Amino acid sequence: MFLLLKYTLLYAIVLMLVALGGMFSERSGVINIALEGIMAIGGLAGVLFLVIFQGTMPAGAVVVLSIVISGVAGMIYALLLGFSAITLKADQTIGGTALNMLATAAAIVIVKSYNNSLPTSNGASSAKLTYSNADFIYNAGPLTYNIFLIIGIILLIISYVFLFKTKYGLRLRACGEHPQAADSVGINVYQWRYIGVMISGFLGGLGGFAYIVPSVSTWNFEVGVTGFGFLALAVMIFGQWKPFRIAGAAVFFAIFKSLANIADATFLSNLHLSKNIYDMMPFIASMIILAFTSKNSQAPKAEGIPYDKGAR
Amino acid sequence: MVCRMSINNLNSQNPADKKKKNKSGVTDLSLSIGASLICVLIGLLVGFIILLCINAENAGDGFLRIIKGGFFMAPKGVGNVLAQTAPLIMTGLSVAFAFKTGLFNIGAAGQYTLGALGALYFALVLHMPWYVCLLAAMIFGAIWGAIPGIFKAYFNVNEVITSIMFNWIGLYAVNEIMYKGILGDMYDLKTTRTYSLRTMAPESMIPDCGLNSLFKTRSTTIAIFIAIFIAIIIYIIINKTTFGYELKACGLNKDAAKYAGINDKKNIILSMTIAGALAGIGAGLYYLSGVSEWNPQVSTTLPAMGFNGIPVALLAMSNPIGVIVAALFVSHISVGGAYLPTKYYQPEIADLVIAVIIYLCAFVSLFKGVILNAVAKKRKTEDQSGVERKDGKGATK
Repeated sequence: MFLLLKYTLLYAIVLMLVALGGMFSERSGVINIALEGIMAIGGLAGVLFLVIFQGTMPAGAVVVLSIVISGVAGMIYALLLGFSAITLKADQTIGGTALNMLATAAAIVIVKSYNNSLPTSNGASSAKLTYSNADFIYNAGPLTYNIFLIIGIILLIISYVFLFKTKYGLRLRACGEHPQAADSVGINVYQWRYIGVMISGFLGGLGGFAYIVPSVSTWNFEVGVTGFGFLALAVMIFGQWKPFRIAGAAVFFAIFKSLANIADATFLSNLHLSKNIYDMMPFIASMIILAFTSKNSQAPKAEGIPYDKGAR
Repeated sequence: MVCRMSINNLNSQNPADKKKKNKSGVTDLSLSIGASLICVLIGLLVGFIILLCINAENAGDGFLRIIKGGFFMAPKGVGNVLAQTAPLIMTGLSVAFAFKTGLFNIGAAGQYTLGALGALYFALVLHMPWYVCLLAAMIFGAIWGAIPGIFKAYFNVNEVITSIMFNWIGLYAVNEIMYKGILGDMYDLKTTRTYSLRTMAPESMIPDCGLNSLFKTRSTTIAIFIAIFIAIIIYIIINKTTFGYELKACGLNKDAAKYAGINDKKNIILSMTIAGALAGIGAGLYYLSGVSEWNPQVSTTLPAMGFNGIPVALLAMSNPIGVIVAALFVSHISVGGAYLPTKYYQPEIADLVIAVIIYLCAFVSLFKGVILNAVAKKRKTEDQSGVERKDGKGATK
């Protein structure tokens, strides 16, 4: 049972962070399908930092810096989406898809050439990085939790306050609901959409790092983040673009995702279902839920539509 | 989608363009080809810069290998390019066909996976002749394509999300079926892949008609001609039939199409079903040619062939005939990437170039403006008009 709780917390925080990221972007009016790629890039930047600087700095500094760097890397990568979707008014889905493909390919090339440049390299490069995650994990009684749990809860509260209790949040939401109206009262729609996309990139990059680091100590970047970014999109839709609902939805999905990890060790092993079946579950669950919730979806009205000042 | 958008941009945002286009004598087709070429050139340039960054000494040689593609190791390489192109044409057609109805079929990878199951099941277990296997691949893919269509039409779920989810569901399901042998014994413990068609089911292989001996390869079959033939059929369906017209109408303006009495729900589902069928045939052409075997233990990555259909369709501006050319180009580059010396470079650099090209495809309307400007200047029309257009375009901001 503790095992289930452990994995659920681990995945729930990741899904929540990334889904919150998606929420900020979509609330400002930009569909962010590139979350998967942003996660991969953020995770890559954080892990690379860990690999290079671990041991040369105090542990606390490494933890803080690697977390910040993963977020900033995601933010910079998200700017590519912002540039195509906001400045050039290109199709947001296609731009996002391109960024997803670019992220995986770039991560493989970067990691392989890093491994190749090591003195121990034998020429046959792999896309794996090995690091120590001990500084990120804490024990509280029988339960292990990681630093991202605390960060995630703080960011959840900040997100809610920012979006629904400040005038800045109102401006951001206005750009996603009715950009023409927002523009008419002097809100710079382009600027706010960029802000939305950048917050989205920060949370996405952080989420990617939070997905990779606490669970394992070796990551093969050939697999990207195994579809987690897309699951987060489903979490966001299920959470109806609202922070606390997203948190709830994330926990729900995380339970399904965790079943695969704990199946062998618990009573579930009696069912003799293979890992593939458990891996399928979160996706099937999200499809069933989407089928029932999408009819009366409260998606931001202007999402996916590039804002054109001159349009009537 | 891109195609529609850019046409809209040209016609609605800047009504003056149409007139000027006629004056400068640039047709829409050559404009599209020009814009795609710009995407390709910039993509290759980025690839070259990456090669320089990783290892400057060998960048020239590496770049030459990518550019030469299959010709680096002719005739074997050319044969490989052709073997890779056939399935790529099909997944490209799959994405392009859905684009025409305003749908983004990112699920080609999942439909391709199901197609592989269909083809291999009918070949390895039922030992059917190759055309029956190909038909099975088509039907399996079509079913997987229909699902996002139904979700879109009846539950209002974005087809992109559904397709992505069903990509993963399909991958896990197919791996489970092949590995556990639920439909019959297909998994070879020795190679950790499905059984080789050459030894287990030679009667299910697509005939090569002497192409293999011509290119000194093992898997260059008539698949490429089948793919080209299907591309021409799709071209005729889209451009010359009422059905194709209805599909395009739904893509251009769903509400107007509905008003004109077109059943948009039916068309969405049909369009996705056909797109799925095309991707399924792609898998059939690949595995029935024996290019490689399915590895059911890889459960973390979807087949790249499905995703590479997206750049193909975008580069071709969803034109079925253009898809043939674009698919040839993309597989040419990928094969070239595989010839990179692994000591210095990674074959994934080719994927990187392709990804950059798709990102650039999003800017096609911008490039079109650039071309129009360049042509206008060359023709020495009034200097002012060039400036005017640049401002009116809005894309350059």
